[in-house]
Amino acid sequence: MEITLTHYLVLSTVLFAIGLIGVMRRKNLLMLFFATEILLNAVNIGMAAISHYRGDYTGQMFAFFIIAIAASEVAVGLGLLIVWYKRTGKIDLDQMTSMRG
Amino acid sequence: MFEAIAFYLFAALTIVMFTITVMTSQALYALTAMAAGMIFISAFFFILGADFLGAIQIIVYTGAVMAIYAFGMMFFDTTRNVIEKRSNPRFVVVLGALAAVLVVFIVLAPIVTTNLNANYPIDLAVGNSQAIGMVLFTKYLVPFELAAVMLLVAMIAGIVLAGKKMDKSLTLMTEEDIALMHDSFTHEATQEEAH
Repeated sequence: MEITLTHYLVLSTVLFAIGLIGVMRRKNLLMLFFATEILLNAVNIGMAAISHYRGDYTGQMFAFFIIAIAASEVAVGLGLLIVWYKRTGKIDLDQMTSMRG
Repeated sequence: MFEAIAFYLFAALTIVMFTITVMTSQALYALTAMAAGMIFISAFFFILGADFLGAIQIIVYTGAVMAIYAFGMMFFDTTRNVIEKRSNPRFVVVLGALAAVLVVFIVLAPIVTTNLNANYPIDLAVGNSQAIGMVLFTKYLVPFELAAVMLLVAMIAGIVLAGKKMDKSLTLMTEEDIALMHDSFTHEATQEEAH
């Protein structure tokens, strides 16, 4: 039983689909952040698999930069979320429909 | 053989963990399930020979990102169930169909293409970490520096947003203003203690 590139791409797609389901059904912003982390990780698996089966380091490089972006996204996003929670007491997406300048 | 066993085992575990993360109504269950899923994903990187990426996955995701989430969840009320309202299913169906079509193209692209050449071919004579370092610090030096600046900006933004009174600069204020701010700060603290 040989594990091929297709196996990894199917796994990556399944995990990406789980993340997409999370993004679409979640209304709580913290849970929405969790779903985006799943999306980024699913892509990372695909990058590493292509890097291995094509014999090229470029995929791993892109995976590194994706991890760096995910880390900074969490830092800024959670900071904004804490500010919003201090002001309104809620982190519900439905309550963020109006903007007041 | 062992590769196949490891792949299927970790694939099943990762899918189960991420499904729990997406479907549960408890924020703490979602957090712990996602931390476990991140560890299991690093197993794929080790199977694929990307050792350095696997180590980074464990350090950054389960070390840093999960710690930030756990820290952030202390601000929110996580003991109650997450109540979410469902509305507009047609919108979700249209978005889902579009995403499915897009995913088919993305997955087919590396399988269909045949005449691809490696830009930076994998050299088996040196270890993975060493080779990653050589490629990262020669071909990808500018993106690396930009990523460093981006992380610095994100760090400062996180501190300023989450910290108390971090949006005021002590060096640009007069002594009276600082004393006034300090008084109001301690006043607030005593008020909170009284509550």
